[in-house]
Amino acid sequence: MTAPLLEVSDLSVEFPQRRQRLQALDRISFTLEAGEVLGFVGESGAGKSLTGAAIMGLLEPPGRITGGRITLQGQRIDGQAESVRGRRIGMIFQDPLTSLNPLRTVGDQLVETIQLHLGMDAGAAAQRAGELLDEVGIDRARIGAYPHEFSGGMRQRIVIALALAPEPELIIADEPTTALDVSIQAQVLALLRRLCKERGAAVILITHDMGVIAETTDRVAVLYAGRLVETGRTAEVIAAPRHPYTKGLMAATPNLDLVSVDTVLPQIPGSMPSLAALPPGCRFHPRCGDVMPVCRRTAAPFIDGVACHLYGAQTQEAG
Amino acid sequence: MTSPPVRPSEKPAGAPESAPTSVSASISASISASRLQRALASDFVYDFTRAPIAIIAGLVVLFLFLVAILAPLVAPTNPFDPASLNLMNGFTPPMQANMFTGESFVMGTDDQGRDLLSAIIYGLRVSLFVGVMSVLLAMGLGVSLGLIAGYVGGWLDNLIMRIADIQLTFPSILIAMLIFGVLRGIIPPDLRDEMAIFVLITAIGLSEWVPFARTVRATTLVEKEKEYVQAARLIGLGRHQIMWRHILPNVLGPVLVIATITLALAIIAEATLSFLGVGAPATEPSLGTLIRIGQDFLFSGEWWILTFPAITLLALALSVNLLGDWLKDTLNPRLK
Amino acid sequence: MVIILARRIAQAVLVLLLVALISFAIFRFVGNPVENILGQEATVQDRNEMIERMGLNDPIPVQYARFVWDALHFDFGISYRTAEPVAELIASRLPATLELAFISALFALVAGILLGIFTAISRGRFLAGLVMTTSLVGVSLPTFLIGVLLIWLFAVELGVLPSFGRGDTVRLGFWETGLLTASGLKSLILPAITLGLYQMTLIMRLVRSEMLEVLRQDFIKFARARGLPERMVLLRHALRNTLVPVTTVAGLQLGSIVAFAIITETVFQWPGVGLMFINAVYFVDIPVMSAYLLLVGTLFVLINFIVDLLYLAIDPRIRDRNLRGGG
Ligand SMILES: Nc1ncnc2c1ncn2[C@@H]1O[C@H](COP(=O)(O)OP(=O)(O)OP(=O)(O)O)[C@@H](O)[C@H]1O
Ligand SMILES: [Mg+2]
Repeated sequence: MTAPLLEVSDLSVEFPQRRQRLQALDRISFTLEAGEVLGFVGESGAGKSLTGAAIMGLLEPPGRITGGRITLQGQRIDGQAESVRGRRIGMIFQDPLTSLNPLRTVGDQLVETIQLHLGMDAGAAAQRAGELLDEVGIDRARIGAYPHEFSGGMRQRIVIALALAPEPELIIADEPTTALDVSIQAQVLALLRRLCKERGAAVILITHDMGVIAETTDRVAVLYAGRLVETGRTAEVIAAPRHPYTKGLMAATPNLDLVSVDTVLPQIPGSMPSLAALPPGCRFHPRCGDVMPVCRRTAAPFIDGVACHLYGAQTQEAG
Repeated sequence: MTSPPVRPSEKPAGAPESAPTSVSASISASISASRLQRALASDFVYDFTRAPIAIIAGLVVLFLFLVAILAPLVAPTNPFDPASLNLMNGFTPPMQANMFTGESFVMGTDDQGRDLLSAIIYGLRVSLFVGVMSVLLAMGLGVSLGLIAGYVGGWLDNLIMRIADIQLTFPSILIAMLIFGVLRGIIPPDLRDEMAIFVLITAIGLSEWVPFARTVRATTLVEKEKEYVQAARLIGLGRHQIMWRHILPNVLGPVLVIATITLALAIIAEATLSFLGVGAPATEPSLGTLIRIGQDFLFSGEWWILTFPAITLLALALSVNLLGDWLKDTLNPRLK
Repeated sequence: MVIILARRIAQAVLVLLLVALISFAIFRFVGNPVENILGQEATVQDRNEMIERMGLNDPIPVQYARFVWDALHFDFGISYRTAEPVAELIASRLPATLELAFISALFALVAGILLGIFTAISRGRFLAGLVMTTSLVGVSLPTFLIGVLLIWLFAVELGVLPSFGRGDTVRLGFWETGLLTASGLKSLILPAITLGLYQMTLIMRLVRSEMLEVLRQDFIKFARARGLPERMVLLRHALRNTLVPVTTVAGLQLGSIVAFAIITETVFQWPGVGLMFINAVYFVDIPVMSAYLLLVGTLFVLINFIVDLLYLAIDPRIRDRNLRGGG
């Protein structure tokens, strides 16, 4: 059996502070096959972006990986992400307005990336840059234009071109469309998906939007307060969410078919705890409707795609 | 120390105010919670690191002011009384007995045998007098012009602020020198030394009014639109009454901060001008004048004539500066 | 582009005319020009002749126009004190000031930018903290005390550098330079540091805070994510964006270097226009004061103008906004 494209096991990230160490990610594990699209959902602060940053080796100091391993096609990359950053794993950030250097032309930035990773000479790189612009639907004649001369949607297309330029095997897209106008979100997302599919590149898609997850991803991972609470095939998770938090998220999402403007959606009561004040046991238990005494004491192990005591008992019996 | 990035922009852009999902509701909740925490934490640190410095600075300023005001009482001698001078005492090093007269002086004496401590105390008096008076002048002028510009507006506002802009492009010390030179030209030659102090005050005062005017104008523009001013207008209060009674009290905080900072600037400006020989005359030496005199003796080894006035000046300027910084952070007005 | 340029030039000329108006007012109305030139014992006839010759009876606007016209031809009148033409006085002293200001500015810029970058990228390290703290002390010291301190240390105690004057100079046409002799260069060191230190500190702090600001921005994060090595991220992306706002402030600071040269030149008895100005203030030599104001005013306006253009050249966003606004 060949190694999966990306394997993350027991990844932990901490932020040492004066009085305590904030554990921002707690033993996250997941795998990703080549060409697969994996979605990450969770409330703000759940650790979605941190997971991406950890894989890229771009944690902001003093944040650091304190445990676990990350392998790309069987090869460890944690601690030496420079060797694959940009080249084999590309990343796209949320805000296209600020992702490009305002003082340099988009061509400049494309050529610089292409030359660095593909070792082309300037002429060939410029040629390739033009082709990439064409591919993302921007007139290649505008290669000499500055970022501010493009709209937000166009800039995000350029960002996509930049991330794809070195032909990476994996793209981590951190809320790539959140900052865009609703009317073009779908377009940009479709473009990203198409280009990745053509190249056989896998995608990690970070988003708040269950609708996007449903439409775009093959599998989904749900994060809560630095822990993975549920993973599974997207269709299955949406059809039958198991963890109470996932259920809450689903219930709070407007049903794509029959949503009406004044539908009042049920919300999960309370808010996610801050890292400095995490509850003992299952981190979701203070907000959980199905809370049991055991939840307050111990965290449920992650078994069979879900970390919840509701299911732990059955699994233990079965094992 | 890096603070955790709070990125309000990461809220889903499309989310309307009445958050349709719990997700975005808790987003804003968690953001404001962490903001509050950080604000508390930073205030905590701030109080403990900054306050002692401010207290010490305040005490130093207070002490120097008292010494200057009480100069005739606290100075060992009157340095301008020729009768108290004994040339034989010239160049006595600090804390040493003079080899001819056997007298000793805490800070030594200058070439004339003048007690340096007394000279410094009287010099401090001149420096502080010039500093305070020029700040008062700058403040009076700046606050009035700022109020007028802000309240009356129109071409008057335009004119005042244009002048301010142009003046601000030039270093204020240069402006002060120019005004000093012009005033000297206007005053008859035989009165020049006599009026030097007032010329100095005018020159420095006129060179520092801009920050006052800008801040007062900005505050006035804001206050003008507030309800109580509108109300005062409705009940028929006159322009002047509204400006001075109602708007002025609101700008006092920022003005106090600027005044303190300007005092430090004015003290340095005075010292600089006097050091350059175009400030306080030799008959009424300020700290800057004393430093200029002291510089001449640097090469011959009489270091104290330079060092003690210089240290006094530094202590004064630094303390006033620190005090101003502390005031600024404490009152936290929107300073321009 | 032409329109922007024309508008900027018009603005600059307007400010210049205003400065000239103040210069003229000083020249014409402070003291009594006739008395100052002829002395108090001159006869009434002499005076009237002089008044006629200087055109002091003409309408004021005519006199102002003549003042500007003369100034454009480098005629600033006669010094009351030395009876030399002011233009000659300035011409003989300007090279000294310009050389001092240029070297100080170079020092302030190079050291300021390098130290700013250093303190920004090694934030939190001991050495960076030390530089920052020292710089605070540097800002609070008045310029003249820095000069005196340097003289005491390097001229009196160590005896390695001269404490006054320009040293040996060489004449190159009308320009008397101290940059070509060893003693000239040695004499330049202390004054240049004295004059440049304050601006250096300002530039350093500005570069540091701008750099930290830029490094926090998303496009830096994205540049790293694209796999650019740290050196490239810093040089190609962070540095240039840092320098844009620095240009304006630094440029304007360089203007004040010439003004602050007054202090440094006095401390070091440097024979430049600053020392000339202080002497003019002391001796109430009105034509020299008025000419100096005109000179420095022109310089400031010129620097402002150049900085504006530079800004346009560096930042495409501003260029476009202006183009749109101007066209
Ligand atoms: N530099 C830092 N210092 C301390 N804590 C940090 C730092 N950066 C992030 N964190 C914490 O790590 C947690 C996870 O942050 P992350 O940015 O991954 O959230 P996210 O799931 O991407 O949220 P969002 O939806 O808002 O993007 C948050 O609780 C955050 O407060
Ligand atoms: Mg995020």
